Amino acid sequence: MKLLSLQRKMARAVMTPLTPAENMRRYAPNGRPMRSVAADFIKPNDRLTSFERLEIYNKQYWYRVLASITDDFPGLCAVLGDRRFEAMAKAYINDCPSRSFTLRNQCSRLESWMRRHPSWARTRQQLALDMVRLEWADIEAFDGRAEPPLCTEDVAGANPATLRLELQPYIRLLDLRYPVDDLALEMRAPVDSEVASNAFYERKKRKRVQAVARLKPSRIYLIVHRMDYSVYFRRLVREEFAILTALQDGKTLKRAVDIAFRSSRIPVGDQPVHVEKWFRGWAAMGWFCRPERSSAKS
Amino acid sequence: MPANRFNGFTEYGVGIGLRIPHFHHILTRKPTVDWFEIISENFMIDGGRPLHTLDQILEQYRVVQHGVSMYFGSAERPNREHLRRLKDLVKRTKTPWLSDHLCWGSVDGRYTHDLLPMPYTFEAARVTAQKIREVRDHLEIPVVVENVSSYAEFHVSEMTEWEFLNEVVEGADCGILLDVNNIYVSSQNHSFNPMEYVNSVPAHRVAQIHIAGHSKYRKYILDTHDHPVIDPVWTLYSRAIERVGHTATLLEWDDRIPSFDEVHNEALKANKYLASASLATAV
Repeated sequence: MKLLSLQRKMARAVMTPLTPAENMRRYAPNGRPMRSVAADFIKPNDRLTSFERLEIYNKQYWYRVLASITDDFPGLCAVLGDRRFEAMAKAYINDCPSRSFTLRNQCSRLESWMRRHPSWARTRQQLALDMVRLEWADIEAFDGRAEPPLCTEDVAGANPATLRLELQPYIRLLDLRYPVDDLALEMRAPVDSEVASNAFYERKKRKRVQAVARLKPSRIYLIVHRMDYSVYFRRLVREEFAILTALQDGKTLKRAVDIAFRSSRIPVGDQPVHVEKWFRGWAAMGWFCRPERSSAKS
Repeated sequence: MPANRFNGFTEYGVGIGLRIPHFHHILTRKPTVDWFEIISENFMIDGGRPLHTLDQILEQYRVVQHGVSMYFGSAERPNREHLRRLKDLVKRTKTPWLSDHLCWGSVDGRYTHDLLPMPYTFEAARVTAQKIREVRDHLEIPVVVENVSSYAEFHVSEMTEWEFLNEVVEGADCGILLDVNNIYVSSQNHSFNPMEYVNSVPAHRVAQIHIAGHSKYRKYILDTHDHPVIDPVWTLYSRAIERVGHTATLLEWDDRIPSFDEVHNEALKANKYLASASLATAV
């Protein structure tokens, strides 16, 4: 057997989902007995059959990829419940096996996959999607690229009608239907190990999480950003969110502000004050990158 | 053989793996450690805290890169994005050599994220050696390959594991990261004499040695890196050092990680054997 065909054969077997009891399946997806598949290319020894030796790798694969998705999406797990989350994770990984050298990227397609498979979240589909978007944004904001921040002098004298400001590459802007930031923060609440046993704390935490998960829809505009190497969630007012989104889309500063205040309830006379205050805050948090000299002045 | 072209002619002593639970201890207490080994993939990112922490470590310590997903033995060509990111990291760390495993783990662009065993065939040795050369030429630093623990053997194999290792490293003209714990684990799983393996390795190519603990199950041993090193593994290490000489040695401890001091003290036990090797050389 050639190297490539052996590797294809073994990878197919290793990536085949386990049984509910977490053993290797008796039959391959094509109906062939796994014992026979394993015996084709794996030697038995005096303690283990070919099937049992292959099963070690089959189990290791699923334990590893499931542990990774569970670590990365505790909020989604809280929304769906442990059992449904695990079943959903297995289905996702089976449909979308990793195509990256790092497990960090394993769930890059989870949001789009969940949109195509709404049955996993049933009536909580929107809540689940919002949570997936937030948790993926968290991953990307954590280790995304950062550029030198913008200084006041970088844009001094610039014309707002032509000025395009760039947001830091690690920033993610999320328009959400549920206040999932509350749920995510609840999941991260520190354990006070001195006053509660682990079991007690887990029960208490689960109850609080379930309560948050039952919250009614409430539209929020969120920025997921980074400061001192830690990721933060910050709610924005609609107009703030609209300006930042337009800037991220490459609109000029003037156009971004125009879009933001279209149908805004903020009185026209108050708008410049708000814009100035927002920009001061955003700049202080380093959300803008330093532009090329020529484009800043253009 | 304190230094050779496969470890960039360095003379590193005993190191430990750089792991998150120890970051605070290392950065605040600044313990004396000869060198740290990092998992390359954990730092092949664009920014954020991991790279910031790595830069702080690099200010004070020597770091060597160890990869887990180059998959030299996979039949497919190296992933260009992987190589690009790896080269960026090599420039950052100035690692004197770079290691990854003699295994495969991806096929047709799908990754298992596991260290899957090689069929010990001449075709596989040729493909693997070619890939190692390609990676080394791209990275422009010495590349060394590590023998893995395995739980399965293939009907198609045409040689022993150590013959395969020799075939690959000769074909690639590369170094070896000799993992004596992996030799022990595989010897128990496949019923061979681990000392024969250690005695068969080309000593002049060994750039680094790994030691670690493992978990014993009823019918097999699993390479879990979550225990201290057991005596039979120290015996293999002793023999390896006797053959190879004073060689950069690293303790792997990746799960149920104890305190920094406990891990470091376990690693420093290697000094007893390294001292004997130095004495023998002097005499």
